[in-house]
Amino acid sequence: MALQATTQTRNARIAWAVLFALLAIAPFVGLYPVFMMKALCFAIFACAFNLLLGFTGLLSFGHACFLGSAAYATGWLVRSAGLTPELGLIAGVGVAALLGLVVGLIAIRRQGIYFAMITLAMAQMVYFVCLQAPFTGGEDGLQGVPRGKLFGVLPLGSDIAMYYLVLAIFAAVFLGILRIVHSPYGQVLKAIRENEPRAISLGYDVDRYKLLAFVLSSALAGLAGSLKTLVLGFATLTDVHWSLSGEVILMTLLGGLGTFAGPVIGAFTIIGLQNFLADRVGSWVTVIIGVIFVVCVIAFRRGFVGELIAWQQRKK
Amino acid sequence: MTEIFGIPIQAFMGQLMLGLVNGSFYAMLSLGLAVIFGLLGIVNFAHGALYMIGAYVAWFSLEKFGLNYWMALIVAPLVVGALGLVIERTLLKHLYKLDPIYGLLLTFGISLIFEGVFREQYGVSGQSYSVPEALQGATNLGFMVLPNYRAWVIVASLIVCLGTWALIEKTSLGAKLRAGTENPALVQAFGINVPMMVMFTYAGGAALAALAGVLAAPVIQITPLMGTNLIIVVFAVVVIGGMGSILGSILTGLALGLVEGLTKVFYPEASNIVVFVIMAIVLMIRPAGLFGKEK
Repeated sequence: MALQATTQTRNARIAWAVLFALLAIAPFVGLYPVFMMKALCFAIFACAFNLLLGFTGLLSFGHACFLGSAAYATGWLVRSAGLTPELGLIAGVGVAALLGLVVGLIAIRRQGIYFAMITLAMAQMVYFVCLQAPFTGGEDGLQGVPRGKLFGVLPLGSDIAMYYLVLAIFAAVFLGILRIVHSPYGQVLKAIRENEPRAISLGYDVDRYKLLAFVLSSALAGLAGSLKTLVLGFATLTDVHWSLSGEVILMTLLGGLGTFAGPVIGAFTIIGLQNFLADRVGSWVTVIIGVIFVVCVIAFRRGFVGELIAWQQRKK
Repeated sequence: MTEIFGIPIQAFMGQLMLGLVNGSFYAMLSLGLAVIFGLLGIVNFAHGALYMIGAYVAWFSLEKFGLNYWMALIVAPLVVGALGLVIERTLLKHLYKLDPIYGLLLTFGISLIFEGVFREQYGVSGQSYSVPEALQGATNLGFMVLPNYRAWVIVASLIVCLGTWALIEKTSLGAKLRAGTENPALVQAFGINVPMMVMFTYAGGAALAALAGVLAAPVIQITPLMGTNLIIVVFAVVVIGGMGSILGSILTGLALGLVEGLTKVFYPEASNIVVFVIMAIVLMIRPAGLFGKEK
């Protein structure tokens, strides 16, 4: 058993090293860097979401509000207050974490399906605030956000420089989540997911663990949003709309809930699909996303990676 | 008296009436959600889409087949109810043993499909549906002029809501339904066909949503997004009311419509979010909702 576990970890490590190497050379093998950056941002978002649903068992249906509020905060601060990109990112993460604390405090009072509905409703409130607040640009969004110079010296204007910054942040987030999940804290989160009453009876202050997971997840979702604003140069209402909260659920579910690689693969699949389909089929994109959702829930609940793991285990 | 709190009484009562109309829709929709959740354990995210389809069926049957409003009130719930039957038989029935979260996700997917199809067919611009002749015009009540159609919507939805409440709380069919939500296996052992009951409950909930859609058609723009925008408010209503109680969803729906109307008078900027603010406050005081039972 122990031997199996180590070979599995070793295989996983090799797979990850290969994947990161591929990502590092991606812009040189003809992959459009802006697309890759966008997909990586959403991969961060999906990983953050998976920390909550996959590892803690909390379904937030309002995660777009963290991505969106951070996107607006960073965009506004960098454009109007002239902040450097790294300070913009930190500010965005801070805003998302604070919002996560508020939403989390209210939402963790209820469980399961109620938790989902409450997060959705809170996120909708944020949406209306963004729609009406004076600095968000309303329906037009916040346009023309400059990428600026990292630490005031390194210009991010070129897509290649920006790409490596995004990749580095993605790698840091990914390894960070890996670390969190494997830490004693992560084990408690898993225990809560498996059986909450049991975790309570073992003496864990479950609400505090859940709240911290919620704040961590919203902060990382905010990081994805801030980074996306820097990459694309704008923040719009799409970033806070609840349909994005639905999409991140789909990304995670499609890739594999509670797996490490799943959300990344899911994000690349969905963003790739949207990019590919957008000018070909128009509104049918929504229908296709809906169909994938239905198929996932009915027949494919483990997702790509989950099915792969199950298949490997059957083979043994 | 021509003013109330510094607002012309006509405008004040007009907003209140609009709020009550909206509240009627909230009540009908959250009632359907409560019934479906009670027996199936599924939070029906597709409820908004079913409401939207109800409105489109009304519009379509007038445009293509010349069926008038009163016919639409019967036809749309039947069509959407049948659609509900199909959805339950083909998709939802696979989920009953799973975590309720999968039901939410599946019905979310279904609503995306419907929304996308209607958007592809009719675009995002709205269709309008005229008020039926018998209900055109307005009645002067002295302190305000009440459009007849709005009054009809409030009365009709109250009748439907109370009817549904009576059906569930006062009849033997309702008793079986309630028993089925408590212990399906036992009810099945008494020779009652629970799967069939579940199927018709979902169809009934869908029909109720469609009926709300037809009632709404003459007072709003019919668009593919009308349901999805409304459903989130209805979710908040459900959380505030507490999903356990049928009467609770009716009262909460109406009350929140009124509160929203009042907010529109005094501080219009907040009218979109007041329901969510109330939700947050209620949750802090009573996590199970106003009418819900603490588990």
